[in-house]
Amino acid sequence: MDNSSGVLPVEQVKKSFYQESTNKYTGIGAWLLTKDHKRIGLMYMYAIISFFVVGAIIGLLMRLELLSPGGKLFSAQTYNSLFTLHGVIMIFLFIIPGIPAIFGNFFLPIQIGARDVAFPRLNLLSWYVYITGAILALTSLFLPGGPIDTGWTFYIPYSVRSGTNVSLALFAAFVLGFSSILTGINFVTTVHRLRGKGMTFFKMPLFVWATYATAWIQIIATPVIAITILLVIIERAFGVGIFDPALGGDPILFQHLFWIYSHPAVYIMILPAMGVVSEIIPTFSRRTIFGYKQIAYSSLAIAFIGYLVWGHHMFSSGQSDLSNMIFSLLTFLVALPSGVKIFNWVATMYKGSIDPQPPFLWVMSFIVLFSIGGLTGLVLGSLATDIHLTDTYFVVAHFHYVMFGGTGTIFIAAMHYWFPKMFGKMYNIKCANVAVVLYFIGFNMLYFPKFIMGYMGMPRRYYNYLPMYTPYQRISTYGSWILVGTIFFIIGYFVYAYYRGKKATSNPWGGVTLEWHIQSPPIMENFETLPVITHDPYDFSQLKEMKNE
Amino acid sequence: MGPAPTVHAESVDFVMLYIVAISVVLLIGITVTMIYFVFKYNRKKGHEPVDIHGNVLLEVVWIVIPTLLVLSMFYFGYTSFRELRDKPDNPFIVKVTARMWQFTFEYANGKKTDTLYVPLNAPVDLEMKSVDVNHCLYIPAFRIKEDIIYGQTNHLYFNAKQTGDYDIACAEYCGLNHSAMYTKVKVLLDNDFTKWYGGNWQPVKNGSASN
Repeated sequence: MDNSSGVLPVEQVKKSFYQESTNKYTGIGAWLLTKDHKRIGLMYMYAIISFFVVGAIIGLLMRLELLSPGGKLFSAQTYNSLFTLHGVIMIFLFIIPGIPAIFGNFFLPIQIGARDVAFPRLNLLSWYVYITGAILALTSLFLPGGPIDTGWTFYIPYSVRSGTNVSLALFAAFVLGFSSILTGINFVTTVHRLRGKGMTFFKMPLFVWATYATAWIQIIATPVIAITILLVIIERAFGVGIFDPALGGDPILFQHLFWIYSHPAVYIMILPAMGVVSEIIPTFSRRTIFGYKQIAYSSLAIAFIGYLVWGHHMFSSGQSDLSNMIFSLLTFLVALPSGVKIFNWVATMYKGSIDPQPPFLWVMSFIVLFSIGGLTGLVLGSLATDIHLTDTYFVVAHFHYVMFGGTGTIFIAAMHYWFPKMFGKMYNIKCANVAVVLYFIGFNMLYFPKFIMGYMGMPRRYYNYLPMYTPYQRISTYGSWILVGTIFFIIGYFVYAYYRGKKATSNPWGGVTLEWHIQSPPIMENFETLPVITHDPYDFSQLKEMKNE
Repeated sequence: MGPAPTVHAESVDFVMLYIVAISVVLLIGITVTMIYFVFKYNRKKGHEPVDIHGNVLLEVVWIVIPTLLVLSMFYFGYTSFRELRDKPDNPFIVKVTARMWQFTFEYANGKKTDTLYVPLNAPVDLEMKSVDVNHCLYIPAFRIKEDIIYGQTNHLYFNAKQTGDYDIACAEYCGLNHSAMYTKVKVLLDNDFTKWYGGNWQPVKNGSASN
């Protein structure tokens, strides 16, 4: 057979990238100064998971405070800082970089048959920019003035009036934005310039497509938030009236600029996750993806329409009725490509040969949770219902279903899918099966009651609440214990597998995209000889050939 | 929650029910199909997988039907929203001032209160201003809210058809005591309201009654 996969047989015979350094250093220097996309991906992983754990613990503390009305655990000021930090950490430090920076870095070059990204040094730089931004954000907590209390949306005028360290935290977000832009530029260039021989655009795995669409949003939308942030800092520091009406500015202008970035950012968060789903379902169904082109184009459609719906965050702001109508209509349209994806994913299971291993189970729970998130988005896209539900727990529930139930769940699914490839070890499958069930229960207990509370009229960002919400708040808090407990359990079995786990074969799931053709963990520069791609990305007839390689 | 206190609340509940009903059907459909496939096409059963690359008819179906569904949701949401703009020419106007962390209501006769008093079955227009940061006046029972933005006047319109006390909450984060920024709207019978108001308050129910 042709050596189309360019690769080595199953058992590891070559030194993995862990054992070879790209520079003259060994030990920590080999990591901190590495240009290898896989090492950089792992450095992102350790940083991002650490911040995720911090964010989750803050969320747990908030839920603990809300266990009963009256507020005993923290002061109101502390609570207000906690929800702000929870939002800032989860959004800017976890969910925006999450999947692209870790799995995109690690697998995008491999999946298109490249030895690395187009700009390896820039890639390393973007990690340092990310860490710098994170350190600035953490510094803002401990400087005099105290942790910010504005909510992650930084609405003006409150964010100009607040005495807390708003400027520094904003500057941190500004810096983090640059990391995002640099990664985006790197991925776009890599996809355009470094695809392997025979790897046409329509032979690319859908994870590459999704990451590619995301990269464009990162490049185009992020500068808007960067400029907006600078304007707020200038306003705070020099009293220039841009947004603050007391100085002749317009606070609604801030909301527009903020959401022009932050709504597309929602798609930065979800698209890569959708890409991972399109990898996992074919692998465990052992058949080609249903509607490859529709899924690929729907990513682009989401990326494009996603720019035009920001005004749906402002239906109650007093913007014109005409704007409200147009933004509502466009919001309904952006739901369609997501629907197309879900239908195609489910259709991919049809007449497959389904092996519900843990990554697949995580994807199944994703489809339910994300569908709930998406469908409740319709409630919020509709004008009359949004006026009632905006800024209530309903919105909180909706975006946690989309962001955590969607992207968060798939982040965990991706860990389960690619862990054996990244570390060459296998985790305990039984533990993983238990975890997915506990996660699903905990998640719904935590967030579903918030839909009900929201419809009853419970506003978000409340330190205290009326007694009528107590039973729902209770269930929600109990759910948070299960959910966070499960997350620690998952981290636990991964760490155990890392040290004590059984050796993984190079292709434990029977995948056919290029990463499954190479050894686990991969060698430095991924391929012995660069592969020539002749097959469609999800052509499982390759499996027979692969076994003989 | 009892009968809805405004006509608009009823129509919002209808839109909600409409969207949720369709959503539940879709959600159950997706979930059941998926679980069915996992059992039916389980690898243990030893089927040979069949590569199906797509189906144009299906793709058209699941673009067109959802498009029609979401357009109908948009339509109901929009028409219900329009009710909030169907203000008669001379509503009962109350000026609202929001500050950290309190609402103040000022009536045409100069009366000022912390609690909003309104007459039953009368169109009420709140003229809302803020003196510091953004707030939002939210009456969950009426299913309405509107932001109160510093530097601009926003309006909120309603017409209560049921007497009683209903919560008013601030729904736009405004700092330390945001969660304590609660008050009530008290909907009173005509007579009670006139007594409380201390005189004629220009009833507008039957057009030119104020003359």
